[in-house]
Amino acid sequence: MPDVTTTPVAVQFDDAEQQRESATIGMWVFLATEVMFFGGMFLGYAVYRSSYPMAFGEASRRLDIVLGTLNTAILLTSSLTMAMAVHAAHQGKRRQLVGFLIGTIVLGSAFLGIKFYEYFQKFEEHLVPGRGFALEGADPRHSQLFFSFYFAMTGMHAVHMIIGIVMMGVLIVFALRGKYSERYYNPVEMAGLYWHFVDIVWVFLFPLLYLVERA
Amino acid sequence: MSHHHHDPLDHEHYLNVSYGVKSWLLTRDHKRIALLYLISITLFFFLGGLFAVLIRLELLTPKGDFVQAETYNKLFTMHGLIMIFFFLIPSIPAVLGNFLIPLMIGARDLAFPRLNLLSWYIFIIGGIFTLTAVVTGGVDTGWTFYTPYSSTYSNSAVVLTALGVFITGFSSILTGINFIVTTHKMRAPGMTWFRLPLFVWAHYATSIIFVLGTPVLAISIVLVGLERIFGIGIFDPRLGGDPLLFQHLFWFYSHPAVYIMILPAMGVMSEVITCFARKKIFGYNAVAFSSLAIAILGFLVWGHHMFVSGQSEFEGLIFSALSFMVAIPSAVKVFNWTATLYKGSISFHAPMLYALGFIGLFTVGGLTGLFLATLAVDVHVHDTYFIIAHFHYIMVGGAVMAYFAGIHYWWPKITGRMYPETWARLAAVIVFVGFNLTFFPQFILGYLGMPRRYYAYPDEFQVLNVLSTAGASILGVGYLIPLIYLLWSLRYGRVAGTNPWNATGLEWQTPSPPSTENFEAPPRVEGEAYEYEEVKVA
Repeated sequence: MPDVTTTPVAVQFDDAEQQRESATIGMWVFLATEVMFFGGMFLGYAVYRSSYPMAFGEASRRLDIVLGTLNTAILLTSSLTMAMAVHAAHQGKRRQLVGFLIGTIVLGSAFLGIKFYEYFQKFEEHLVPGRGFALEGADPRHSQLFFSFYFAMTGMHAVHMIIGIVMMGVLIVFALRGKYSERYYNPVEMAGLYWHFVDIVWVFLFPLLYLVERA
Repeated sequence: MSHHHHDPLDHEHYLNVSYGVKSWLLTRDHKRIALLYLISITLFFFLGGLFAVLIRLELLTPKGDFVQAETYNKLFTMHGLIMIFFFLIPSIPAVLGNFLIPLMIGARDLAFPRLNLLSWYIFIIGGIFTLTAVVTGGVDTGWTFYTPYSSTYSNSAVVLTALGVFITGFSSILTGINFIVTTHKMRAPGMTWFRLPLFVWAHYATSIIFVLGTPVLAISIVLVGLERIFGIGIFDPRLGGDPLLFQHLFWFYSHPAVYIMILPAMGVMSEVITCFARKKIFGYNAVAFSSLAIAILGFLVWGHHMFVSGQSEFEGLIFSALSFMVAIPSAVKVFNWTATLYKGSISFHAPMLYALGFIGLFTVGGLTGLFLATLAVDVHVHDTYFIIAHFHYIMVGGAVMAYFAGIHYWWPKITGRMYPETWARLAAVIVFVGFNLTFFPQFILGYLGMPRRYYAYPDEFQVLNVLSTAGASILGVGYLIPLIYLLWSLRYGRVAGTNPWNATGLEWQTPSPPSTENFEAPPRVEGEAYEYEEVKVA
């Protein structure tokens, strides 16, 4: 059996090509499950938004559009650094790879920092669903529902980001140990797909939560 | 049967290549992982069966005398949860699928062996959570976790159980991803899509449901948990939420989950029927595509669980029509198996007895499903024992029968030894008789109006309930006999040889048990599946 450190093709595969294609299909199928996972919440949001448009609009206006926009910009930039990291891995440039991964982690953490600051704000303003919820308005009951979705959806998104950041930490360790080369960089590419997916979820969350009824 | 093969103990194979707990718990061999699953789900099967025994004992008499009403609620909940999430869903895919798919397509392993092992660990962790919930008071919501009872009112261990089911779901997802990628990328040279055994097609279709359905169950359970812990009100009418949304999300997974349980069983059927009728499958393409059709249509019928839940009549009408349509690909399969039997050289070995049982019982289960898809009839029998009888004909009469057919059929390949044929035939007959005696009276009970989920009932229902409990005792014996003789055969069974059934299929061209790498040289496939010549099994 060939030594795994010199030929990074696992025993069940015939060649690197088959291994790479398998990993890619597997990751896309996994992302399909993620779409269905978030889909459940998007469905619920859509149902209640169409039932209670006024309440949802009122609640949405309480979100901080400046911070939301800033976060969108940060996250999209992190997708750029991630793409650069994959590109660096493809070319076998280890220092660049590590640099861009660190950049992505920094941007992702900045996003989470701002997100948690927003959560803190909502807590101060008594906009967290539950007993302490207090919102002046025509239909506070259904505005509370909006905030249920806000916390569930952005919270689940944040969990995915944390997983992504941990993943990139592991990639950095392995990259420094010289595990990746221009011949083998599947994990970096898969992490890239995952990170872009998490970004795309936010691209949908941002208008649905922050921009609805802003006009 | 030929005896010139090596004794299974002579050659190096996946069982004797290494010993010790570590070599099993850290294995990446799909065959060993399949056995890890086999042991785990067997434990869950008998635990779930124990709850069924207690249910049937309570229902022996009209009065609620054996257990209290609250205990009874927990018994049927835990019976359902364990049997569905910890036995039926993983049974054929995680044991037989895991073991056979790489062998059938001529691969050394699944595409992602580590992910495969991880899926077993996830399954076990989910199982531990659920078992912890069972011993710390149990859960009483029914396996359906309907809100607002589950999210607000139930005082039982809902969060712990839900967490267990949530975690276990990821083992299904990983298995599904693994099977899909393996089928796409790992086929041996010459193994085209239309030369694949239909078992593989069935598992491919099942995997689609695994990856698209399971995450929806996951998110619905997460939302119930958030509602219970933090009081967010997505399903709570007091907070403006709608309990019906939960039912939609839940059944969007849980109806397709029925096909997760039956599609792999149908895959087993195509292998067993062809082998013991010594005939090529009738209408290969129709059987293959009907698996995909069932998987796709299965996603469009969830609303038939909600005919009386307050969805609109228009929705009811659409879901009723779509539910009728699922019957078409299901019937295609039944007719094709029957046509395969026609003029075949049929031999009645134990796997075949189970398979023939499947055809009859699945047909009864499927046809009564059409009664239930009919709006007016469903309103009459909704939430009665008619429903219980219907889905047990599919799940037990169908899925479990096929699971037993498969376990017997591939037992020589898995262990290298034969099971005792006479005992196995006897057990198959006992299971068939016991099953029908248990569940046929329940059709009548339901039609007469006995509601499900009650621990007491009017006196006039007693005779039928006694019959049902008597049948359950016979069924229990029928399940215990194989447990004993299969364990016995591990040591004393006749040596099987490479191909005891004289069957086609790549898995029968490698020694029993196979080596860790499955094949000595990568196989090359020249012909189509099931090229049986009409020769009787020796």
